[in-house]
Amino acid sequence: MTDDLRLQKDLERRKSNPQPAIRNPQSFWRSLEELSGSEKFQKSLHREFPPNASEFGNFNRRNFLKILGATVALAGLPACTKQPLQKLVPYVHQPEELVPGKPMHFATAMTLGGFATGLIAESHEGHPTKLEGNPGHPASLGATNVFHQAAILDLYDPDRSQAVLENGDPATWEEFVGAIHDAWQSQQSKNGGGLRILTETVTSPTLHFQIQQLLKKFPQAKWHQYEPVNRDNIREGAKLAFGESVESHYHFDKAKIILSLDSDFLYSHPNAVRYANDFSEKRRAKFPQTEMNRLYAIESTPTLTGANADHRLPVSSAEIENLAFALAEKLGAISKPESGNSKHQNWISVVADDLSQHRGAGIVIVGENQPARVHALAHLLNHSLGNSGRTVTFTESAQANWANQTESLRELVNDLRQNSVDVLVMLGGNPVFTAPADFQFAKNLRKAKFTVHQALHVNETSKICDWHIPENHFLESWSDARAFDGTTSIVQPLILPLYAGKSAHEILDAMLSPPGRDDYEIVREFWKSQNSGDGFEGSWHRALHDGLIESTSLPEKKVSLKQFPTDPEKQNSKSGIEITFRSDPTIYDGRFMNNGWLQELPKPINKLTWDNAALVSPSLAKRENLSNGDVVEIESENRKLEIAIWVTPGQAENSVALPFGYGRKSIGRVGVRAGFNVYELRTSSSPWIGNGAKLKKTGKTYQLVTTQIHHVIDSDERQIIREGTFDHFQKEPDFVAKDSASPVESDTLFEPKEFPYNGYKWGMVIDLSACIGCNACTIACQAENNIPVIGKEQVAAGRIMHWIRVDNYFRGPPENPQTTFQPVPCMHCENAPCEVVCPVGATMHDSEGLNVQVYNRCIGTRYCSNNCPYKVRRFNFLQYAQYDVASYRPMWNPDVTVRWRGVMEKCTYCLQRISEARITAENQNRRIRAGEFQTACQQVCPTSAIVFGDLNATDSRVAKLKTHELNYLMLGQLNTRPRTSYLAKLRNPNPKLSS
Amino acid sequence: MENIKPNLANEPAKEISPLGYPTELLAPQATMESVTETIGSIVLKPKQRQPVHWFIVAGIAFTLLMLFFVSIGWLLHFGVGIWGIEIPVAWGFAIVNFVWWVGIGHAGTFISAILLLLHQKWRTAINRFTETMTLCAISCAGLFPLLHLGRPWVFYWMAPYPDTMDLWPQFRSPLVWDMFAVGTYFLVSLIFWYSGLIPDLATLRDRAPTRGKKLFYGFLALGWRNSAVHWQRHQSAYLLLAGIATPLVLSVHSVVGLDFAVAMVPGWHETIIPPYFVAGAIYSGFAMMLNIMLPIRALYGLHNVITPRYLNNIGNVMLVLGNMVAYSYIMEMFMAWYSGDIFEQTAMAKRAFGPYGGLFWALIVINILVPQFLWFKKVRTNPKLLFWVALSANVGMWVDHFLIIVTSLTRGFTPSMWRNYTPTFWDIATMFGSVGLFLMLIVLFVRFLPLISISETRELVAEKNG
Repeated sequence: MTDDLRLQKDLERRKSNPQPAIRNPQSFWRSLEELSGSEKFQKSLHREFPPNASEFGNFNRRNFLKILGATVALAGLPACTKQPLQKLVPYVHQPEELVPGKPMHFATAMTLGGFATGLIAESHEGHPTKLEGNPGHPASLGATNVFHQAAILDLYDPDRSQAVLENGDPATWEEFVGAIHDAWQSQQSKNGGGLRILTETVTSPTLHFQIQQLLKKFPQAKWHQYEPVNRDNIREGAKLAFGESVESHYHFDKAKIILSLDSDFLYSHPNAVRYANDFSEKRRAKFPQTEMNRLYAIESTPTLTGANADHRLPVSSAEIENLAFALAEKLGAISKPESGNSKHQNWISVVADDLSQHRGAGIVIVGENQPARVHALAHLLNHSLGNSGRTVTFTESAQANWANQTESLRELVNDLRQNSVDVLVMLGGNPVFTAPADFQFAKNLRKAKFTVHQALHVNETSKICDWHIPENHFLESWSDARAFDGTTSIVQPLILPLYAGKSAHEILDAMLSPPGRDDYEIVREFWKSQNSGDGFEGSWHRALHDGLIESTSLPEKKVSLKQFPTDPEKQNSKSGIEITFRSDPTIYDGRFMNNGWLQELPKPINKLTWDNAALVSPSLAKRENLSNGDVVEIESENRKLEIAIWVTPGQAENSVALPFGYGRKSIGRVGVRAGFNVYELRTSSSPWIGNGAKLKKTGKTYQLVTTQIHHVIDSDERQIIREGTFDHFQKEPDFVAKDSASPVESDTLFEPKEFPYNGYKWGMVIDLSACIGCNACTIACQAENNIPVIGKEQVAAGRIMHWIRVDNYFRGPPENPQTTFQPVPCMHCENAPCEVVCPVGATMHDSEGLNVQVYNRCIGTRYCSNNCPYKVRRFNFLQYAQYDVASYRPMWNPDVTVRWRGVMEKCTYCLQRISEARITAENQNRRIRAGEFQTACQQVCPTSAIVFGDLNATDSRVAKLKTHELNYLMLGQLNTRPRTSYLAKLRNPNPKLSS
Repeated sequence: MENIKPNLANEPAKEISPLGYPTELLAPQATMESVTETIGSIVLKPKQRQPVHWFIVAGIAFTLLMLFFVSIGWLLHFGVGIWGIEIPVAWGFAIVNFVWWVGIGHAGTFISAILLLLHQKWRTAINRFTETMTLCAISCAGLFPLLHLGRPWVFYWMAPYPDTMDLWPQFRSPLVWDMFAVGTYFLVSLIFWYSGLIPDLATLRDRAPTRGKKLFYGFLALGWRNSAVHWQRHQSAYLLLAGIATPLVLSVHSVVGLDFAVAMVPGWHETIIPPYFVAGAIYSGFAMMLNIMLPIRALYGLHNVITPRYLNNIGNVMLVLGNMVAYSYIMEMFMAWYSGDIFEQTAMAKRAFGPYGGLFWALIVINILVPQFLWFKKVRTNPKLLFWVALSANVGMWVDHFLIIVTSLTRGFTPSMWRNYTPTFWDIATMFGSVGLFLMLIVLFVRFLPLISISETRELVAEKNG
């Protein structure tokens, strides 16, 4: 895209001055300054914060004298924040269309697990700074999940791999092309018999085409795919039921009754962003509020889907199969009477009744971790309930050559074992870390004669490969990808590659026809060849502009039920506990380990940061005498793992959930030594559910850090969360207002002074019924507002910086509590308690009702934070913002001040976006229109739970929602008069189960 | 004054006038010359009168002072993040120390000004000393609000000065009131202290054995010639200053208390806090006075000047104030229950039974039970026992402030943001470092200035001898 002088300079400097080695792999990375490469800073910062550390242990004479010297020096010269020296270089040739100071937006797409989500990237003078969902893209509808928001940080990660490596030594791309070509030649004679390609899930039509070309050239070569978060069970289930591997699509917007069997379709499904939107369609506040869907969830570990369910049944994952059969039997789908499971008989029959009363408007959805038989059974249920074709439809998969990935990798490993692999090219992925433990991938990989690995970081796999090629970030390279429904997008880069990276297309092309073309040509040529007509240029530009290629979604496919299982598999009832494997909610399969935003993002429900933990139920913890942070040894299939535990309300009693992805050995400074490597226990025979594991307390403890310690509200009198049932609301629509104790105006001694707010009057409504607790708002806010990452120990010290947090509260028994999520940004109180106590007037009210924070004026008394009842203010206790890291600088939003040490900060309602809209409106001599702009949290929210706008504009959605019966103020009795209000959470429990 | 003559030395220390007027202030054999000699020689003939203990105490004080400087250097270099403060407990040890030191600074003016106005002659032997203590304590106290700022180098933004951008402080903030209250108190105390010192400085000037000392004390004595006109003006000014200082005794800690009472934090937002803080402040001030004075009295042999009568009276005052503090605790709990306010009730319940509950019950023992020993005259006149009671009162008042400030913040309105507080090494280092600063200032004062007012003691001798 736009080439930028400064970046070029950076790039040159970087080339001449390669990435410094990781200085101290033993230390946790704790603040971004540490990444600055300042030796001094690292030394001094290194040991000072842990609350109970004995600081004097580290003093020697020299240090002592140094500090003494510093003391004397500083006595007269108070420490000042170092302001960076910068030179501004004007454009010599100004790029077309670029107005300095005005961002440009480009459509692109990001893949996760192979499937694309359309994005709009914001670019400031050639630097991408923020990613938003593409409203026109079916998998996004304008929203994204946390991974998409954090992707921008990966782009600017200074720990990214920056050079081609040959056995760990820097090499050049040309040398690699030469080397692979030599290796190639030897394959000519064998027809590629010793050639293997290993990719992750592929949906890219271009890449698929390239691989096919390769396989055409070398018919004996093989293409393998593997990702740890694979969808093998879904594929096998469809094959079992329909005889072919079709993809199921669910239409939650049409469903009234939904049953989830261990499926986290609101968060972990490839199409989760879209599904969350569809699901909340029938839950969010409306005028009038006439209908609401009902979600039943059976799961072993609390997921966001379970937390949002109206009824949740925690059972071990293995038992779900029995319950599914019991349900099928109740519904008459299978005739064989099913015995046992009397425990949940009532629950199952109520669900069965509910589903059969809503034929054609129900969904039974099964998670990827359930065995294929359960998937097949769900297909049967959906068929027999008449849901198929209505709420559940089928298509071919968007995946190119959808394979059983575990089997695919097994085949490769077998070939490796037999020494029949000469050349192995791995495009992305990290199989040494993620492959099932029984494959012993690292050991077998060494048997290949010539190995190539392409990755964003020098990871575990790169370390034992002959060649490592740095991967281009998706914002640096051209590609294409398909969404879950097949919609194809061109992945458009926003910036020239920052480092010497190459895309998968370029590597394959260099192999096929050296020296190879660049990815722009490859992708463009491919699509040109697909275009039969002559209007290619027009459609190409249209595709780039829209972010998708029209009518590429997959057509619906008619399928017929071939067979289905009639009997639950005999459980070989092993003693011991069940272990289940999950992808981590913030670092996925481990690929986001070096992403500080995701590391520091509190995981939904338990709010852990920087680590994973074995999630155990309260009763198991009691039985084994465990408490949070105790390290246990889990033994399964003769493999052992030591891992810290976290007591998780709602976890099935005898089941332990193990989120994988953590515990990486080779990663940048952010992720090193965080968490535990659960892959060590994960085998190909039990990739998701393992039985008969043993759990033993070791007596060791490990510090796990959470951002929320208390999850229970001691009394409803606090008026923090209001909730009720849908039925109750129908009978008594004003139940929220009735129970609210709000202060009486006449109680004050003073004349109430009302500011008129004649212009704009900004306000926000957060719909607790719609909020699913996915955290996307938190991380979108972080990206938009230059919020620093502070590191595990600072989080442990209670200094998390997020401007909007998602609180969650439990209600009911710890075995199966009800969970409520509450996003809490600054309330922008009209009677703001923070404003009166600031001695310098650094926090003030503006004429539009915003509670603004003046960073320049703030002297850091922190009185405002003490006086804030919502505790939404965040303080720069240390120099958290990373002034000195060159590579982060282009990432910062230039419209938002980067805060320095010693000042308070907090949510501004995205003041910079208000200003931008105001400037545009004033230039056009009009008011800002309702919905003309959105705050970052509002824009990213998949369920539109956050609504912001002008309360004076009567046509704005926010103004309407403020009049909704469910509207209430958090802690309204304090008379702070917050501008942010909430809509009480409605649940829709089945009266038959409520008792 | 004339109709109540101080009782003469040979009478037993039994009779006390209703106002606590002394029956025996001076040892029987005291004369003008002996008084001057006893007090003045500590300063003028250090070789004779500086005990080894002075050097030990000065050594300890110096070490702690250096620790203080290192802590401040570290703090200025890295920021307040080196402390254990967090969100929600954004005020920690620094503010606890501030409130504690301000409280200690209360005894001086109370004794000097209020007792002067009430003609309580028994203040004579201790007023200089306690005034000095006040200044030292306020010096320590004043540092903390500055150091605890996120950006301490711009502390002056709290003051109304002619700023080029026409910015003024935000006068609704109690922190601005604080700055005025503490600043005024320090200035008035300093002037009051210095006015009282002038005749003594002249005495020292006249008796100084070396030219250097002559110049030093002569410069400070501002040309005092002991003339009647001087005395007449001095006494008027002194009384006026006492009148000005008196309301400050009550105002300073009330304003400091308003820092908390004005905020809406449950556990802070209580009308009882200002008077309760004042009572606690004078209580801890008297306690600190005893803690410093009793060792000095023993080391310098001042038993003839600071007689058991003083100790008895101080003990009585402490008993009254201790019980006022106890009453405040009870009322605070009662009002929390009586208010029916869930937040206040939770804050109080968590204070007593939460993670810091142990400290609370320790406080009840220290601050309510221990002062009850002062009902016994044997305790009040026994320097050793009195020392320990006073020490426990000092610790108690620190714990009291810690509980109010920190535990209230740990359990606020929103349970999701409940979080405990743990101090770091630097919190503790800064706290003890400030003790070092305090001791160092005291030690230097003892070495260079008369620690008991020579002129006022001589006045007593004159009255005694008719």
